[in-house]
Amino acid sequence: MTAPQVTRSHAPQAPLVPRPFRVLATRAETADTTTITLEPADGVPLGFAAGQFTMLGTFGGPEAPISVTSSPVAGPLEQTIRDMGGVTHALTRVLPGDTLTVRGPYGTGWGVTDAAGGDLLVIAGGIGLAPLRSALLEVLADRAAYRRVVLLYGARSPAEQVFAGDLARWADGEGGIEFDVTVDQAGPGWTGRVGLVTNLIPGARFDPARTLALVCGPEVMMRFVATALIDAGVPAGRIRVSLERNMKCGIGLCGHCQLRELFICTDGPVLAYDRVAGLMALREY
Amino acid sequence: MKTRSIADYLSGHPFFAGVDADAIAELAGCAINQHVRTGTYLFREGGTADHFYVITRGRIALELFSPATGPHMLDSAGEGEVLDWPWLIPPHRWFFDARAVVETSVVSLDAACLRGKCEADPKLGYDLVQRAAQTMSHRLQATRVRLLDVYGSQ
Repeated sequence: MTAPQVTRSHAPQAPLVPRPFRVLATRAETADTTTITLEPADGVPLGFAAGQFTMLGTFGGPEAPISVTSSPVAGPLEQTIRDMGGVTHALTRVLPGDTLTVRGPYGTGWGVTDAAGGDLLVIAGGIGLAPLRSALLEVLADRAAYRRVVLLYGARSPAEQVFAGDLARWADGEGGIEFDVTVDQAGPGWTGRVGLVTNLIPGARFDPARTLALVCGPEVMMRFVATALIDAGVPAGRIRVSLERNMKCGIGLCGHCQLRELFICTDGPVLAYDRVAGLMALREY
Repeated sequence: MKTRSIADYLSGHPFFAGVDADAIAELAGCAINQHVRTGTYLFREGGTADHFYVITRGRIALELFSPATGPHMLDSAGEGEVLDWPWLIPPHRWFFDARAVVETSVVSLDAACLRGKCEADPKLGYDLVQRAAQTMSHRLQATRVRLLDVYGSQ
C-alpha cells in the first residue's frame, strides 16, 4: 500500500503566498507547548486533511512547519507549537488579536478513512499527538464507520502530556476510544504506567490483520513502535508514520527536506512504513 | 459463578502462553493468590527475592528511593506482566521497591519451589528461563531507548 494522497481541494491555490490569520485564542498545553486558534482574515477557511502541515510565521519573519491539530471537518483552525527556540519561540508568545501568516496546507494526510470498517490504532509520543489529534477528531465525527479505535500515548512525564482535556475525556470513554498512557518519568503520585510506549501494545485490543496504525513521535520511538507492530502482526504497509525534516518551501522545490528520493514536504510527512523503513535511520547532512 | 483456580490464572497469563496443562499444574503447586492493597509494597530493595509474581490485575510501580529526592518511579508492570527475574538469578535479591499504585492481584510463586521444579524437569526449566530472558530483553531494550530521553529532544 502506498502513502495516502492528499486531494486537490486541500492543496493551496497559491502555494507560496502567505495568508493572514488572526489569533483567536492561545492555550498552554505544557510549559513549552502552546496551541493557538486561528481565523482567516479573508474569511475563507483553510481546507486541510488530517496530518497535513502549514508554514506558520510572523509578518516579515521566518516560518516554521507546524502540524494542524484541529478537526478537518469542523471548527476553527488549531495548531500546536513547541518552543524549540527561534521562530517557534516567537509563535508560542503570540496573543489573541495578533496576526500570523499561514502558507499551505502542505503534504500528505493520514488517510484515516482507509481504516473504515476495521480497527484504528493511533500511537503517539510527546507532541506527536498534535497531528494525530486531528485524525482522531475526524474519526470521532464518523465514529460508527470504525470498529475499535485505540490511542496509546507516551510522554516524558505526566506534566508533559499535551491535550490533557481531550485525554481525560477519552480516558473516561468518550467517543469510544480505548486509551492508555505511559510516561518515562513519574513521581509517587502517578498511578499510570511508566515505561516505553511499546509496552502498551501487547495489552491493546485490535485485530492486526484489520488494523490501520498511525504513528507520530520522535523517529527513534516510531522505529521501535513499527517493529513492535510488525511483530504483533500488523502489515508494514498498514503502518503510517509522520516524518519531520527541515521543511522550507513546502512544495518540493528547495530540497531542504529531501530524504534520499523523497521530499518530505510533498511525498510526506505521512508515509507508509514499508516505504521509509530503510530511510529512517539515515544520517542527515 | 465458577471460581478460577491458580492453574486457570497461570494458563491464561501471557507469560505462560503455550505451556502445557501438566506443567501448569506443577507450577501451580508452588503458587498462592495474593492481593496487594494500593500503596503497599510487594517487596523492598535489598530483600530476598523469594517469590516470582505473575500480575493478574492492577499495577505495580518499581521505585528507587533516594534520601535526597524521595522515591523515583523507574518502571511499572501491570496485568499480563510479571515481576521479575531475581528469583532465577543469584544472589536472588530485589534491586528495587515494588509498590502497588492501584489495587493489585498477583499469583505468587515460591522461588525455591520453582527452582526445584526447574531442576527436576530441565525441559520445563529451560522453557521458563527462555521466557524470563525474553522479558528481560524487552525491558532492557525499552530502558536503553528511554535513556535517549527521546521526548525531550523531539
